[in-house]
Amino acid sequence: MDAFLNQVFAGLATGGIYASVALALVMIYQATHHVNFAQGEMAMFSTYIAWAMINAGMPYWPAFFLTVAIAFILGVLVERIIVRPVERAPVLSVVVVFIGLLVIFNSLAGWIYTYTIKVFPSPFPAEPVHLGAHLFSSHQIGAVGVTLVVLALLYLFFRYTPLGLAMRAAAQNPDSSRLVGIRVGWMLALGWGLAGAIGAVAGMMVAPVVYLDPNMMSGILLYAFAAALVGGVDSPGGAVFGGFLVGVLENVLGTYVIGNELKLAFALLLIVGVLVVRPSGFFGKVHVSRV
Amino acid sequence: MTTESTTAAVPVSAATSRMRVVAYAVLLLAVCALPFLVSNYRTFQFTLVLVYAIALLGLNILTGYNGQISLGHGAFYAIGAYVAAVLMDKFGVPYYLTVPAAGVVCLAVGFLFGLPALRLEGLYLALATFGLGVSMPQVLKDKHLEHWTGGVQGIVIIKPDPPFGLPLNQDQWLYYFTLAVLLIMFLLGWNLLRGRIGRSLVAIRDQPVAAEAMGVNNALYKSLAFGVSAMYTGVAGALGAIAVQFVAPDSFTIFLSITFLIGIVIGGLASISGAIYGALFIQFVPNIADQISKAAPWAIYGVFMIGFMYVMPVGVAGAIRIVWARIRHRTKGGDNSQKS
Repeated sequence: MDAFLNQVFAGLATGGIYASVALALVMIYQATHHVNFAQGEMAMFSTYIAWAMINAGMPYWPAFFLTVAIAFILGVLVERIIVRPVERAPVLSVVVVFIGLLVIFNSLAGWIYTYTIKVFPSPFPAEPVHLGAHLFSSHQIGAVGVTLVVLALLYLFFRYTPLGLAMRAAAQNPDSSRLVGIRVGWMLALGWGLAGAIGAVAGMMVAPVVYLDPNMMSGILLYAFAAALVGGVDSPGGAVFGGFLVGVLENVLGTYVIGNELKLAFALLLIVGVLVVRPSGFFGKVHVSRV
Repeated sequence: MTTESTTAAVPVSAATSRMRVVAYAVLLLAVCALPFLVSNYRTFQFTLVLVYAIALLGLNILTGYNGQISLGHGAFYAIGAYVAAVLMDKFGVPYYLTVPAAGVVCLAVGFLFGLPALRLEGLYLALATFGLGVSMPQVLKDKHLEHWTGGVQGIVIIKPDPPFGLPLNQDQWLYYFTLAVLLIMFLLGWNLLRGRIGRSLVAIRDQPVAAEAMGVNNALYKSLAFGVSAMYTGVAGALGAIAVQFVAPDSFTIFLSITFLIGIVIGGLASISGAIYGALFIQFVPNIADQISKAAPWAIYGVFMIGFMYVMPVGVAGAIRIVWARIRHRTKGGDNSQKS
């Protein structure tokens, strides 16, 4: 029972990472109906930037916040320069451009920082924490905490600030928003920036666990896709729920049922299963299209 | 988007058709003479070009002609490669029989994957196939399959000798063998795509509702396109495994699938000849770029993908067609029967 509880908690910790990446995906999906295949690689690239700064002698937390800011700017720039021209292009062109971005970020990271696996520091103490009778790794607890703080901040931002309201409006009804004076194009770019920043936080939280290398996010991106779909691809709350659910399921099933090798196949099954059985996920809107 | 199926339907004058036959004959002769003109290593590289061309034609049938995005065709290539390797390694099946076997297995797997994929459109299909591509290497490493697949170590297979005492070395023979398979596959593909089925596939891509109303069985054609596409890629996988003499899970990562996507984008979506240009690109550009940095090929791939989508969405094949039509237009004056 103890081991099982530990597995569940470890699942929640990775689930927080999936939830963050899934949330970043959902934010972009809500606004533009694009799925950003490069989300994971952008997060990975930001994590490398943080690594470079920490390696150059900067303390952890300043490097952390500076990286989040850089990731935000990176997201805005990517939207403005690369995604904008294909905004209304057919799905295939958009997917190809996103895959192109994925490849570029991946190779840039390899080019600049080489492909050798690097150790990324954790800001949390190394000794485990006692919670009641249980022992938990403090990085896991810290990662869950950071994820929850990010989610709370986002909620407050979207719920209580005029800018958050404007962004929601632009995503929901671009034409009317434009009529009341919201600059829809910039709202999309801001959304990309936020997604980039969330991704960077997720990257920095997962890097101490999986180690830093240019391909560290490909599996995580797949789980995040699964999480976003389980929760409903247009529901931010659903994405968070889905993230934690997928994290726990992955860990528990991986340990007790299917073994580590088939974990990714489980994500694939989940994706196909949700899409076929209930494409709107748990919390998404059901879409009806007129023909 | 201009497609070959629309231009192929336009009647061509006798003179141009004769010129075309001569051009194809010269091309075929050149391709056949190639192994005697270059080193064995180059011959091996050109064998891979032929292999990739088959795989790209397969992906193009699905993505280019039928509009179903696949980011996971590397998985079918892997299945084809493993079917060939396991048959040769564990059962002693001769190499030439493993190629059709790989095709049949992939046809079945592709058709089955195509059934749930029917309900997925555009983006969602891209997501699902991306999942397939990412999870394939993990599945191949699975403990329960290790007896067959050799786990992480993979399987080493032996390069076949030329039959009937032909005065060729192994690389040259394999080149001709692959070339023969390629010609058969391209002939089949050409027949499939320029006729009724090809037109149905294009119709489903462009106007699914209208196609359905015209009596096209969308569900059947779409899953069939998936199966046939997977079959092509599986055949290519088997040939690739025989040429490389080795299969291992890590040769079939998501980046292989992305490589195929790059191939059809560069070569030209919905174009048969585009598969060849795309194959030449994905075989030789990384070789050249590798000299700059290990990461350079992928950086170049990425830039090319985005660049082609912005300025040349018809790919190399489309660009050649446009230039060719313009030259003909200029030399013949008013004769613009073959518009692009």
